[in-house]
Amino acid sequence: MIDQRFLVDTAAGLLVLSSLAMLATSRIATGIRLVAIQGLLLGAIAFLDGHEGVTMRSIALGGGTVLLKSALFPWLLSRAQHEARVQQEPDPFVSYPFSLAGGVTALGVAVWLSDRVTLTPDIDALVVAVGLFTTFAGLLLLVTRRIALGQVLGYIVLENGIATFGLAVAEQQPLLVELGVLLDVFVAVFVMGIAIVHINHEFDHIEVDQLSALRD
Amino acid sequence: MTAMPFTSFMPFLHVATALVLAPLLPSIITRVKAIFAGRRGAPLLQPYYDIAKLLRKSAVYGDTTTWLFRMGPTVGLAAVLTALLLVPFGGSPAVLAFRGDIIVFAYVLALARAATIVAALDTGSSFEGMGASRESAFSAIMEPALILGLVAVMRKAGGGSLSTFLHPHRVETAAATTTLVIGALFVVYLAENARIPVDDPATHLELTMVHEVMVLDHSGPDLAFIHYAAALKLWVLGALIVGLAVPQPAASPWAAYALALAGIAGVAAVTGIVESTMARLRMAAVPSLLFAGSALAGVALILGLR
Repeated sequence: MIDQRFLVDTAAGLLVLSSLAMLATSRIATGIRLVAIQGLLLGAIAFLDGHEGVTMRSIALGGGTVLLKSALFPWLLSRAQHEARVQQEPDPFVSYPFSLAGGVTALGVAVWLSDRVTLTPDIDALVVAVGLFTTFAGLLLLVTRRIALGQVLGYIVLENGIATFGLAVAEQQPLLVELGVLLDVFVAVFVMGIAIVHINHEFDHIEVDQLSALRD
Repeated sequence: MTAMPFTSFMPFLHVATALVLAPLLPSIITRVKAIFAGRRGAPLLQPYYDIAKLLRKSAVYGDTTTWLFRMGPTVGLAAVLTALLLVPFGGSPAVLAFRGDIIVFAYVLALARAATIVAALDTGSSFEGMGASRESAFSAIMEPALILGLVAVMRKAGGGSLSTFLHPHRVETAAATTTLVIGALFVVYLAENARIPVDDPATHLELTMVHEVMVLDHSGPDLAFIHYAAALKLWVLGALIVGLAVPQPAASPWAAYALALAGIAGVAAVTGIVESTMARLRMAAVPSLLFAGSALAGVALILGLR
């Protein structure tokens, strides 16, 4: 099935570009849109990467991923953004060109690592590399962004990376486990969305590094 | 260069065609912009009229300028002409093709830029100095996109010369790399040719001009050389993109040739659309765009290395 592999590789390549775009953009709305696109791509990989073609499992997994990550999360995040009234990241700890450079470096490291990891030949090394890279990119977003919403976006990218890696490596994870992970992520994002709204109500901003200062 | 399915005069035909047709490219861009704005636009041959008019005039030189200023346009045109000799077109190789000619290609373009910058600085005008400063800063950030992009394609397609690796039947197997590199090269194309969103060729406010401000003091035949070199640069970089993007049927060299010509006009038309639909970026945001171009090329290279 060369066509299927080609499609998976294309989706993985687009995943890389969307992660790099996340690193380079300051606008929260663009970030939310990119996360939605990543959900679609991840769903496509989950749907196509089933080693026995289309099964109930790939339909459930792909459908669940798309529903959750490209419909429910963007909706939750847009609501939180609307409530908190933030348009963009004020000024991140690392400037955008530098985080983009960090992203390209991370891609290099991920590709290098995916070569080192001993894999069976039926595992797509590109998807492994993309999974690792997306995880790194998510981590980078998580530690460099100043406002809570940007960090939630980073968390979702990180989770997307782990999911991609899982899809590539563990071909026979029980469906229940994968769906359980999806549910966990959903709960996490749900809670974070609510938390952002509450933080905003309490402090009139969602800049996380200002929350560490004590005041009575 | 072993047996390839084209006649040996094709490379020279390409150079002749480029020399004759290149001024049409800026004309296509302005025409597309005019259509978008609902105007009729200048005649398609306007750049030829302009160049002919300027060539009939005599050049005026300021008292403060030296030979550097007079040399600028000539060196710029010569450098772009050399670059033209290195670019393959429509499935046929370039007039000059040798291992590592991409380095010569990049440096010849840099030489053209350096000549313009030095000439601009030589006038002693503070505005031209600002333009020169911006141009050199932008080109420094843009250069990795060109080099990394070409190296990525070279790595994927094999062959050490522009003429051997811009053959699409080899590049077809690396669709992802090719697409990324086309994106990176289009950023280079916009930046090198001083188009929106990097620079606005139509602006006449010295404070915001980048490329245009550097040629303000040139007149007569010198300005004609600059205009002609700019048109040829559009052609040269367009040919690079077309070499990657447009499939070239090996069956008939003439069909490949016509397709490549259409492709080069298409790249100009796309530029016109970009210019009509986008605003120019803030000066501080331009490096981010150029950097994104370099990042695309870097990603192409890394994915190509696997």
